[in-house]
Amino acid sequence: MATETLTLGKALNTGLRRALENDPKVIIMGEDVGKLGGVFRITDGLQKDFGDQRVIDTPLAESGIIGTAVGLAIRGYRPICEIQFDGFVYPAYDQIVSQVAKMHYRSGGRLSIPMVIRIPFGGGIGAVEHHSESPEAYFAHTAGLKVVTCSNPQDAYVMIQQAIASDDPIVFLEPKRRYWEKGQVDLDAPLSDAYPLHSARVVRPGTDVTVLAYGPMVRTCLEAATAAAEDGRELEVIDLRSLSPLDLTAAYESVKRTGRAVVVHEAPSNIGLGAELAARITEECFYSLESPVLRVTGFDIPYPAARVEEEFLPDLDRVLDAVDRTFGW
Amino acid sequence: MAKGDPGGTTRSRRAAPRSKKGAAGDPALVQLLTPEGERIDSATGPDGTEYRVDFTDEEYRGLYRDLVLVRKLDAEATALQRQGELGLWASLLGQEAAQVGSGRALRTQDMAFPTYREHGVLYCRGIDPIMPLGLFRGVDQGGWDPNEFKFNMYTIVIGAQTLHATGYAMGITIDGKTGTDDGEAAIAYFGDGATSQGDVNEAFVWASVFNAPLVFFCQNNQYAISEPLERQTRVPLYQRAAGFGFPGVRVDGNDVLATYAVTRTALDNARLGQGPSLIEAYTYRMGAHTTSDDPTRYRIASEVEAWQAKDPIARVKAFLEKQQIADAGFFAEVDEQARRESVHLRERVLEMPNPEPVTMFDHVYPNGSPLLDEQRAKFSRYMESFEGSAH
Repeated sequence: MATETLTLGKALNTGLRRALENDPKVIIMGEDVGKLGGVFRITDGLQKDFGDQRVIDTPLAESGIIGTAVGLAIRGYRPICEIQFDGFVYPAYDQIVSQVAKMHYRSGGRLSIPMVIRIPFGGGIGAVEHHSESPEAYFAHTAGLKVVTCSNPQDAYVMIQQAIASDDPIVFLEPKRRYWEKGQVDLDAPLSDAYPLHSARVVRPGTDVTVLAYGPMVRTCLEAATAAAEDGRELEVIDLRSLSPLDLTAAYESVKRTGRAVVVHEAPSNIGLGAELAARITEECFYSLESPVLRVTGFDIPYPAARVEEEFLPDLDRVLDAVDRTFGW
Repeated sequence: MAKGDPGGTTRSRRAAPRSKKGAAGDPALVQLLTPEGERIDSATGPDGTEYRVDFTDEEYRGLYRDLVLVRKLDAEATALQRQGELGLWASLLGQEAAQVGSGRALRTQDMAFPTYREHGVLYCRGIDPIMPLGLFRGVDQGGWDPNEFKFNMYTIVIGAQTLHATGYAMGITIDGKTGTDDGEAAIAYFGDGATSQGDVNEAFVWASVFNAPLVFFCQNNQYAISEPLERQTRVPLYQRAAGFGFPGVRVDGNDVLATYAVTRTALDNARLGQGPSLIEAYTYRMGAHTTSDDPTRYRIASEVEAWQAKDPIARVKAFLEKQQIADAGFFAEVDEQARRESVHLRERVLEMPNPEPVTMFDHVYPNGSPLLDEQRAKFSRYMESFEGSAH
């Protein structure tokens, strides 16, 4: 098995390269994705090897990126659009929500928009405003879109290729603060045998509390689980991976065993993914619950200045605090 | 008029702009048929392009037939709305020449991206005219296959489709389908109100820098619902093209011949790899914005009357009569065909069944969704629970 140690960013880059190699209809579009390789270098070297008609530096207009990609998709292309930062996606929001998401439905299934919208998301990199946001709920709320996020290099490599191969329009959220984290990646395993894109995964088994997370928070929760184990408490950590559709099969099974659930995300709590998760778990596991489903999230404020983001973002201690509180009922 | 390549246009550029006979007070307007039905041999655009058409008598009669048919079908749709059979209708009344002229200028391989008012272009693409009535009746969201007819779905969000057309045209370039007479081009329809949209301006930028084989076809019908042109622009719309780096031309949008000539030239330039251009078809929305609108609240009768005198169909009829290209028998036969087709349209609309409620779950995702499957199943069980009950 040819495994290599790659950063999450390099794993994405390698996955994109594979997709470009495997399908001539795959194209990449975005701001600075060409010679620069993107501001995070996720498309590094791809324009050089695949040409400027397949890796396209676009004008600085996000609605234009998505809107023209819709037209390319109608013509049979499979566009991968890079939005440079989470906070810059909103000029494209109309095209994503009104056009990309609805085209298949409106056309009675005659048209498909096999588009991947890559968005580096989340905080933790000390950035200025509009560079650290978590907009997943906006997209997960929209019928017609699918939303996924990866938490480690292996998933990044596989999931980006699965998303590109899917005929569904997919918002692919990349945990930007984990771009530089390394992990083993199996580069040879065939995509057809890979773990399904829209399935959650238990990343650490446990018996006492079920912790649900995705993207950048998975590592935070795994660290919390390690700390909790030292105190004799076993957390079961589930990486949701797919935010729309949610796959809660493993979560239901887990909560029925543990009786306790904590949901963790960076996005603010109000009307967020956590609320949906709590509602569904409550509906499905009501008689098994020993406590309410608790949420550990960003606060309901605009993303704050970088020097206080550590206090804004859920961390190991806040996760453990919530775990403790589930035993207070 | 047969599909394919009716008539012909002359594409030549001259050093100096020269207009043989523009519309009164507007030397920039390309016109080949006056409101009185007088033929103008050729007209010159602002960049010196000379426009002319050379149709056979049969083709002239074909254009007349198109114009009368799309107006009649449109009137029938308005009537159906008034009788409660459609939820809404966006009438093309007054814009028949802009739509038939540009629609017939499209070659088979060209792709059109309409707004929600392009019933005349839709007709020219060979799509069953009942198709948009499903959308406005509320039984579907547009029933034709965009790729089969090279005519995308109606787009209601103003200007959004101009970006789709631009991307599609970029794809034509990437596919290497430009540079020859049988190359491909795309056309984006939009209105004067849409020119204020960010998407339209972004489309102008993109089409320009990627030299996309695209024609921006703006039907300036003078109103965006109630707002007059002055609320959208302080320069003639066709002049905006210059700032984006491609040619713009204003054509008499009530003149089917000039609209055909200008559009055909622009499309052929695009397919040859000469990039995008903007056509401003200067016309007038004779009816309401939609059946929900009341235009008497924002425009005066004398203005409507002035445009009535520039009617796109009357001038073709006058021309055909003067030139003895058509006789009374022909006009009667066209009227009879229009009547027959509108009756047929009405009968079919009344027979359109409501969709089964559960079909609302269809086609949300190409690959489906387990959550949606679950919701659909619950909904079906809920609906079944009423079976056998009085309600």
